[in-house]
Amino acid sequence: MVTTPTISITLNGTRRSIAMSATTRTLMTVLRDDLGLTGTKDACSQGVCGSCTVLIDGAPARACLILTATLDGASVTTIEGLGSTEAPGPVQQAFIDAGAIQCGFCMPGMIIQATSLLRTKPRPSRDEIRHAISGNLCRCSGYAKVIEAVELAASRIAP
Amino acid sequence: MNTPAGPIGQSLPRLEAAEKASGAALYTGDMVLPGMLHGAIVQSPHAHARILGYDLSAALAVPGVRATVTGDDVDYRYMGLVVKDELAIAKGKVRYIGEPVAAVAAVDIETARRAAALIEVRYQPLPAVTAIEEAIKPEAPILHEDFAKYAKIYDAPTNRGNILAHSVATQGDPGKGFAAADVVVEATYQIAAQYHAYMEPVAALAAFDPSGKVTVWSSTQSIFRTQANLHECLGMPMTKIRCIAPRVGGGFGGKSEATVQPIAVLLARKAKAPVRVVLSRVEDMTTMRSRHPGWIRLKTGATRDGKLVARECELWFDGGAYADDSPAVMNFALFFVRGPYDIPNVHCEGYAVYTNKLRAGAFRGFGNPQMSFASECQIDELAKKLGMDPLELRRRNALPKGAKWFGGQEVKETALVEALDTIRERAGWAKPMPPASPGKKRGRGIACMAHSSAFLSTGAIIRLQNDGTIALQVGAVDIGQGSDTALAQMAASAFLLPVEQINLSTPDTDAVPYNSGTNASRVTYMVGKAVGEAAGKVRDQLLEHGAAMLAVKREEVALAEGGRVVVTGGSRRNAEVSFADIAGRSIWAVGGPITGSSGVMAQYLMDQGHTKMSGWLSFEAVGIFTFGAQVVEVEVDEVTGAVEVTRAVCVHDVGRAINPGATIGQIQGGFVQGLGYGLCEEMVWEEGRLANPSFMDYKIPSALEVPAEIECVLIEKPEPSHPFGARGVGEPPLVGAAAAIANAVADAIGKPVRQLPLTPERVLGAMLKP
Repeated sequence: MVTTPTISITLNGTRRSIAMSATTRTLMTVLRDDLGLTGTKDACSQGVCGSCTVLIDGAPARACLILTATLDGASVTTIEGLGSTEAPGPVQQAFIDAGAIQCGFCMPGMIIQATSLLRTKPRPSRDEIRHAISGNLCRCSGYAKVIEAVELAASRIAP
Repeated sequence: MNTPAGPIGQSLPRLEAAEKASGAALYTGDMVLPGMLHGAIVQSPHAHARILGYDLSAALAVPGVRATVTGDDVDYRYMGLVVKDELAIAKGKVRYIGEPVAAVAAVDIETARRAAALIEVRYQPLPAVTAIEEAIKPEAPILHEDFAKYAKIYDAPTNRGNILAHSVATQGDPGKGFAAADVVVEATYQIAAQYHAYMEPVAALAAFDPSGKVTVWSSTQSIFRTQANLHECLGMPMTKIRCIAPRVGGGFGGKSEATVQPIAVLLARKAKAPVRVVLSRVEDMTTMRSRHPGWIRLKTGATRDGKLVARECELWFDGGAYADDSPAVMNFALFFVRGPYDIPNVHCEGYAVYTNKLRAGAFRGFGNPQMSFASECQIDELAKKLGMDPLELRRRNALPKGAKWFGGQEVKETALVEALDTIRERAGWAKPMPPASPGKKRGRGIACMAHSSAFLSTGAIIRLQNDGTIALQVGAVDIGQGSDTALAQMAASAFLLPVEQINLSTPDTDAVPYNSGTNASRVTYMVGKAVGEAAGKVRDQLLEHGAAMLAVKREEVALAEGGRVVVTGGSRRNAEVSFADIAGRSIWAVGGPITGSSGVMAQYLMDQGHTKMSGWLSFEAVGIFTFGAQVVEVEVDEVTGAVEVTRAVCVHDVGRAINPGATIGQIQGGFVQGLGYGLCEEMVWEEGRLANPSFMDYKIPSALEVPAEIECVLIEKPEPSHPFGARGVGEPPLVGAAAAIANAVADAIGKPVRQLPLTPERVLGAMLKP
């Protein structure tokens, strides 16, 4: 009998054992289809738009390009790991308060990317913010309020 | 109704902002039903071919496959808003590369895609036409042999081959007008196909219940258009079709008409299980729609002192393989042939043509961005020839209040002159610009825009709930622009309640009154109007019950904040009764449940005596004009021709801003979508094959392409015809943006670039031209 290979990851702070039905499955597919974590969005499947950005061992990565099987022992943070609708995390709250969210489809990836930036650079300049989020496409906002949201989050996290 | 206080005018966060920020928000592709299957499509490899047959055996043999669907599963039932020329899935023929020709439902998406790749379709290739010039040749192959038989809502040409719409309009005497002109400018402007690039690719989930009724959740801009399209192409009665919109990840016009809903329903019916169809980005780009590409020849005459006296326009739009909204988009472009200017003598002709390419359809601005690009660039060329300041030339010709629009409708309000005076000041128009960076040329440009906000019909139902809160039922779909919040703010203001006490319905054809759709910048204006009317009826009943319960005259009570009816004078002054108690009385004792409903229709008469028109759709359900102006500064790289927008100032006349923060978000986002249209976005076809169907090869602006700040100024003159003073703002910020950028580039390099988008190659080409 063939045993299903499993890997072990820390997902949003909880250690999980994940059975790999196929080694070709991407992290995005596993998160969305197997684990029901649909906050990670699929907008291009080609690693271009940034909507599926998650943190792997603290660094931003494109879930649509990563084979889950390579993540044994890794720590993965998705948008669900940053807070909830009832208790949003500080970056999520800043995006809400700044009015940065329109259709919202790119927002989980954008918020993850912003979180990563603020962890490495707590008081980024406007230009550093623009560069940091330049791989996350948004079609609604024109980015102006997204940049304001990151600035607001920075001012609250590291006043 | 008096303009109430309350949450109107506050920049409240969107009602659903927290669920979107947390990742909990459910879009169609996030939804799962028990036993749900996944659908995958098979796309045509031919631009034009007859379908000879299908071999489904290999696909059906794949374990986990539950159903396949092809043209054999549907009848020749056509759907469409303007021309009914599309089937649920290709049958008989395919007309563009990428057209869905078969579909598979399987237990997971990988299996469905694997099986789809095994479906064999036998084709007999036909000659194809992939450009307007080829399509209109007398010997050109015909895309739609049955065009004459299709149902249409306009006077369509007959025996004109692939020309599907031809419209003419004349105002005044253009011959005399040009004879009186001292200066005439004529040029042809090329416009490219822009992709909507909503971040959420189209998706639909269909599930039949035991009664035979299908529920369709989909990423749509109109649940009622979805229902109508399914009814038409599948022949199901509307009593058996329920359409719901969960959260929608952007639309911009591209999700107004049918997307993958018909295929999802066909698969669900055949598989006898719920089926979800979510397109990949590549599939979306190759099967959905674009903004109309084509060209516009424009000629404008002015007197020496800068009075515009005549204009002539010839416009050709490539509509692609199916008509979709093409005749309407082409007509709407012509509707803006004068821009916001008072040009007394005009002749225009427009054509929409079938070609073997992706269909073009509604896209934010609906023809107006194309026309505005040509018109606003030409105004600048004219200003240069006249030796006049381009802002001053625009101001001098601004259509005045009370004047007639092209078509003959009255322009009841305009703030264009105010917008120009504001932007002159704000943008520092009269002052010199900062010096250009080394190796760059700097330029500044302006464009004006006009657009409409009233369109078609809608309704609202407002109910008092038992606890004194308000249920608001409307058919509008919030596709991200913020209408849910704006409508809740309007209803809350009408009842002096906080927005938390408004229960806004989910768009559901089983539960809400009709609404034509989230398009044409119409929801805040039209649906808001319906909300105001329905709220007035509920207020009347609240006051009537309240007066009876407090034993005073009806004139002695008024609504008060916090859900109360209060006595305003006399011996019982300040006595009060709560909405909850009134609800109790109405439900248990007197009068019955308190409900108010409304139905509103946009109606603005055209005048054939003012503008003689033929071959047009009626625009009598279009009105309430809105105006704006934008100034941009650019730097052009002298070596590469690359253009950077370094500053943008947008002044828009929005009526009363219901939610100023959201309004500014619309303006910034619209401007940037226009920036993409102006500088980098172009769908490119090679022999009918889309050469750049991905975000890698089709570039939308990122945060690095936008100016550090997009300055927005709202001119807030409350719209008198709206209960809350609002006008539409969705499209105007995009309409003139590409033209403002092109004019800034022309200012920088001293020459116009008359082709969108202004890629580095085109700008450099213009710079190098002797």
